Amino acid sequence: MSSFMQQVINGLSLGSIYALIALGYTMVYGIIKLINFAHGEIFMIGAFVGYATIQFLNVGLIPALLVAMTASALLGVIIERVAYRPLRKSSRITALITAIGVSYLIQNGMIQWVGPNVRSFPQVLTNTRYDLGFFSISRIQLIIFGTSIILMIALQLIVHQTKMGKAMRAVSMDPEAAQLMGINVNHVISFTFMLGSALAGAGGVLVGLFYNTINPTMGFLPGLKAFIAAVLGGIGIIPGAMLGGILIGLTETMVVAYGNSLLRDAVVFVILILILLVRPSGILGKTTKEKV
Amino acid sequence: MSKRMKSILVWVVIALIGFAIIQVAILTGWITRYYEMTLMLILINIMLAVGLNLIVGISGQLSLGHAGFMALGAYTTGIITRMMPNLGGFALGILGGVFLSGIVAYVVGIPTLRLKGDYLAIATLGVGEIIRIAILNLDITNGARGLSGIPKLATWYYAYIVVVLIILVAANYVNSSPGRATISIREDEIAAESLGINIQKYKMIAFLIGTMTASVAGSFHATYYQLIVPSQFDFVRSIDILIMVVLGGMGSLTGSIFAAVFLGLLNHFLADYGSLRVILYAIALILVMLFKPSGLFGRREIKASKLFNWKKKGVSQS
Amino acid sequence: MSILSVEKLTKQFGGLTAVSDINLSIQKNELVGLIGPNGAGKTTFFNLLTGVYKPTKGKISLNVGKEPISLIDKRTDQIASLGIARTFQNIRLFKQLTVMDNVLIGMHQKNNVGTIRSILRVPSFFKMEDKLKKEALELLAIFNLEDSADVLAENLSYGQQRRLEIVRALATEPSLLFLDEPAAGMNPQESVELTKLIRKIQQEFDLTVILIEHDMSVVMNVCERIYVLEYGRLLAEGTPEAIRSNPDVLRAYLGEEE
Repeated sequence: MSSFMQQVINGLSLGSIYALIALGYTMVYGIIKLINFAHGEIFMIGAFVGYATIQFLNVGLIPALLVAMTASALLGVIIERVAYRPLRKSSRITALITAIGVSYLIQNGMIQWVGPNVRSFPQVLTNTRYDLGFFSISRIQLIIFGTSIILMIALQLIVHQTKMGKAMRAVSMDPEAAQLMGINVNHVISFTFMLGSALAGAGGVLVGLFYNTINPTMGFLPGLKAFIAAVLGGIGIIPGAMLGGILIGLTETMVVAYGNSLLRDAVVFVILILILLVRPSGILGKTTKEKV
Repeated sequence: MSKRMKSILVWVVIALIGFAIIQVAILTGWITRYYEMTLMLILINIMLAVGLNLIVGISGQLSLGHAGFMALGAYTTGIITRMMPNLGGFALGILGGVFLSGIVAYVVGIPTLRLKGDYLAIATLGVGEIIRIAILNLDITNGARGLSGIPKLATWYYAYIVVVLIILVAANYVNSSPGRATISIREDEIAAESLGINIQKYKMIAFLIGTMTASVAGSFHATYYQLIVPSQFDFVRSIDILIMVVLGGMGSLTGSIFAAVFLGLLNHFLADYGSLRVILYAIALILVMLFKPSGLFGRREIKASKLFNWKKKGVSQS
Repeated sequence: MSILSVEKLTKQFGGLTAVSDINLSIQKNELVGLIGPNGAGKTTFFNLLTGVYKPTKGKISLNVGKEPISLIDKRTDQIASLGIARTFQNIRLFKQLTVMDNVLIGMHQKNNVGTIRSILRVPSFFKMEDKLKKEALELLAIFNLEDSADVLAENLSYGQQRRLEIVRALATEPSLLFLDEPAAGMNPQESVELTKLIRKIQQEFDLTVILIEHDMSVVMNVCERIYVLEYGRLLAEGTPEAIRSNPDVLRAYLGEEE
């Protein structure tokens, strides 16, 4: 029992990180209907910026987190501006292939620049464990929960309480109508990339902290899994991304703990195929059909 | 009828000329052993690119799992030819791989081909990864160490013949009623359906032909390089093939063939540059999408029949 | 004999009832008009009949063979192969393909050569291709499009595109043809020609035609019977003369207060 609870805690911490990344996927998809394949790479860059900030500037976790989020946000905005905006009227297959190209470029650019080696993430804090009877929770896990919850609440506030949030929701429903209402669609899309990328950057730092290692290819699999989480929860739906992230994190942890750890990635892809088969709109999604 | 005969004749002549050029180049020492590896890689890549173009360019469904199906062919052939190291084993391996990928593609295609473009992309990526992970964990495939000591049965002229056959199958498919039905799905699913076209069926046929040819390419890969490991068939490989299709022009078989030859040669000369090479490809991919999304050839084809007419016209006009 | 009968057909999108409790019955070889103000549910009604949308409730049955067939739970392509063809309000041609290819795709069901025999290029493949191409040219000739056979559909004029869409629908050899605003965007002269053409093909191809149209002159000239929709409901039904003088219809169209 206690070991099961322990796994739940571990699954939840991994899941919160997936949720942070999944939010970016879901927001971008919601607003421009593009799977931003490069999102996993933004997450990787976030981890590296966090690493560099701590390593070379000798600052604590929170400044590193903020710097990483800012850098990621900037990168996200630049990618959108340079690679995606010119393609907004093109077919989705064109935009998707471009996104794959961007992802490839960033990943291999980093390999070329910093080398393919795995680096250990600097330990900014002593990782004490707090024993709570049934299970124990580490300080890093508490930080992951804390950061994720704060960021998700902040996101909800931005989306539901601010003027920009209202504009985002308007653009995601009908970009043309939103434009006619005087909303600057380009600004809103940039803002969405900024928000989503900042969250991914935070996720990157947290993953560095959690697993202790970072490398230039670290963005690929978590990026895919976070995307699957977004699909599982219902793509385009913010609470869906959180739910999906948590579920994927829990599943993966349970497979490692009670099954075959070599199958942890395969299981997530099987979930994807199953959800697409049974309920392609996701757990919280509604089905829609193209207007004729 | 005579027009058709001429078109067939042009086909045969082009295929024979290609064969003769390569043969002469090898005999005269122009193509060395080292270059022969590149030649083989190009031939295998043509099989892969033409097959993927049927899925991506003709039926309009983005598949990111092509390398997974290549792996099915490679491993099936690898396992069979290690037990039967002769041409019979090779043929059996090819057929077995085609059969296996056909079944996998069918089972996977039923749920995934219902999905709209970008979901399908992720689902096929997932399938490719599942295949790779399965190979990594099975005993019969020898896990991460892969299969070594596969007999060298593939030669460039077998590969050449198969390439010609695959191009013929693909071109004949595209220029037939089922092919037109498939293209109509790419153009407008709802209109296609309203004309009585079963869109699931034709997406599936294109997907099956594409994945089966990938499997054949895998069979040649295994029996030429003699060593196969799961990491040769990862997502990166799928993207390599996609780049050929995109550069050549989605929907143009001619474009895929040219892009496979061009990138094969480029790879040969950039082989020592590692990630720099991938960076160049990534930039090329982005630039093509931004400035010429239709690729080198767009949807145009060099057709045997047209080639002949064009020559004739050229003469009469001049 | 009723070729198509619809009973209590209803479609709800979330809380919105787009089509509500419609009953109608179409006789063989009729030319029926379906009119109504914008948003009355006309196109939704077509989409329900052709299986693009699934009805919330109600029955649709088609009577072209020995016994009536229910169209509920049939896929769009199955309904099409039972003999219902349609055009679209916002023209859905295969724009990047040639006029000939558009028509040949419409003839796809007639082609029984099959995938494998097509790839193997058996003699029957060539025979079938030649036959269908000949038939396609004949069809195109009726609509004065035979000279544009090798032109890309997107390069046709607007009126030509509308006509090509009808040719493509006819290529499926339907018993029932649904035309969704075929005269939209045409000038008066083109409209008149189209009206004649619709009559002509109805007789020549032994068709039953249902026509959605905003252009009253087209409807009044060509249709034998008219159904009027408003807010998803059937408002009136009758001959053009009866509809013209029906007070409910006048109110719906002219917005008169009672």
